Amino acid sequence: MMLSRNILFGGVLCLLVIAAALISFLWTPFDITQMDIPNKLQKPGAIHWFGTDHFGRDIFSMIMVGARTSLAVALVAVGIGMGLGIPLGLWAAANSGSWLDELIMRGNDLIFAFPSLVIAILITAILGPSAVNAILAIGIFNIPVFARLTRAGALPLWQRDFILAARVAGKSHARISAEHILPNVANLLIVQGTIQFSLGILAEAGLSYVGLGAQPPTPSWGRMLADAQTMVSFAPHLALIPGLAIITSVLGLNLLGDGLRDYLDPKIRVMRS
Amino acid sequence: MLRYTLKRALSLGLSLVVASLVIFFVIEVVPGDPASFMLGLNAQPDTVAALRSELGLDVSKLERYLAWVGGMVQGDFGTSYTYRTPVTEMIGDRIWVSLPLALYALMLSTLIAFPAGIYAASRRGKPGDMAVMGATQLGVAVPNFWFAMMLVLIFAINLRWFSAGGFVGWEKGIPAAMKSLTLPAIALALPQSAILARVMRSALLDVLGEDFMRTARAKGLTRRQALMRHGLRNALIPVLTIIGMQFSFLLAGAIIIEQVFFLPGLGRLIFQSISARDLIVVESVVMLLVFMVILVTFLVDLAYAAVDPRLRSRT
Repeated sequence: MMLSRNILFGGVLCLLVIAAALISFLWTPFDITQMDIPNKLQKPGAIHWFGTDHFGRDIFSMIMVGARTSLAVALVAVGIGMGLGIPLGLWAAANSGSWLDELIMRGNDLIFAFPSLVIAILITAILGPSAVNAILAIGIFNIPVFARLTRAGALPLWQRDFILAARVAGKSHARISAEHILPNVANLLIVQGTIQFSLGILAEAGLSYVGLGAQPPTPSWGRMLADAQTMVSFAPHLALIPGLAIITSVLGLNLLGDGLRDYLDPKIRVMRS
Repeated sequence: MLRYTLKRALSLGLSLVVASLVIFFVIEVVPGDPASFMLGLNAQPDTVAALRSELGLDVSKLERYLAWVGGMVQGDFGTSYTYRTPVTEMIGDRIWVSLPLALYALMLSTLIAFPAGIYAASRRGKPGDMAVMGATQLGVAVPNFWFAMMLVLIFAINLRWFSAGGFVGWEKGIPAAMKSLTLPAIALALPQSAILARVMRSALLDVLGEDFMRTARAKGLTRRQALMRHGLRNALIPVLTIIGMQFSFLLAGAIIIEQVFFLPGLGRLIFQSISARDLIVVESVVMLLVFMVILVTFLVDLAYAAVDPRLRSRT
């Protein structure tokens, strides 16, 4: 069947950002550590496609390298959320109604009561600002998201006949969860994964903007925006371009997530055809 | 309804106790002693010890926890290590910036999202719906602090309708104070209103398929009348959940937006306290934010029960 417009458009935007990040390992138009004061604050043009910043550094190159930071932070944060959240959710669903289930779910509620930024601030207050701590803060907030979703998806499955058959066959709860439950909730998790990924990029940008994320000299879109703030009146492109980079990646991921949800949901697929 | 309320109130109290324990013990593992930090590298050990006892740092952790919580219950958040002023006073000055900002943004977000969501749902699949959905897709992707900078660029620097930052204070009158919170509130509200509009639309579309809506149409109401009289109230439950969750996002988002507009709110206070290692202030502000989030969740739970009587008997 045809891929939807959402998947195509979202996919292209995502590939663009991923390609920029990967190519930056091998090549960037200019060296981002190279200052060039005589050419500072240039408007976008033929030599510097996106212009230069207050140190004369090439913004196009910085955006490419910044994509690395954004993607890496969001990817690892989603990894933490999935790696811990999915097993917890599966475990809670397999023992639903027990004190263990209750404990896991109430623990999740507690994390939800702390806005992710507040968790980040707490962690920074203890460990100091760095990209790793930003990952930790965003990752911790992802755990209950995946735990809840996995549990909600898994609970009705435990009532189904094929699970009953597996139990009669003598499989343990853990094996049933891994072999039968997980593949059946995978679609849900993939879609949520793209959404959390895009939220991760936004969160990383926000944390870097207030100085709690990646520290210099690691380039990041959020810090480029923070640097641009005092110069926005005479060099608006400094603020405009990193913002558009963030919007491109978040929009791409959201469209991809929407498209995948429609594509992977058999009910909607039937309606279409 | 009373039993339901009591049950929710009990869980509210429990969440607060656990949250306070988590915050206290997380902050307590911070390496570095506030007293020696304040006095610098060359301080004499006995001076440090004297300051430690003055700040109440020389008793056991449990006693300090109990003193902290006991104080908070009576509205006393302790004394700031660096400014030597009561934390309650410091918070009291700043909460009148952060809280109105979050509420202002919540109001704007609802005012934008409700008509947009209702309009899109009533024009399902038509160009109007597609335009609203496209706009919300973009709105969700825009980082609010970047949007804030763009607002400053357009409305403060180019058009000069608003000042680029700072807060005039409530003593200058409500209109002037609201005016200095307007750009920050718009910046906070727009991405949230995009989310809310999408939720509103899909909740209404779910309701449109219900039998009672068909009945309403069958008795002669137009599509729009049926939507307004019967659809809206039933669609309100998922919308309320999101509004409740958005309050915590807005409160936390206000921390960042305050940095863009140089607003003297809780966000500025928290960042200053972190760099000064003023742990008691960090602890108290975080606890206050978490308290407000938990309280709003509680109020949303009660609002559910008011909107949907079926929920009262459950749980």
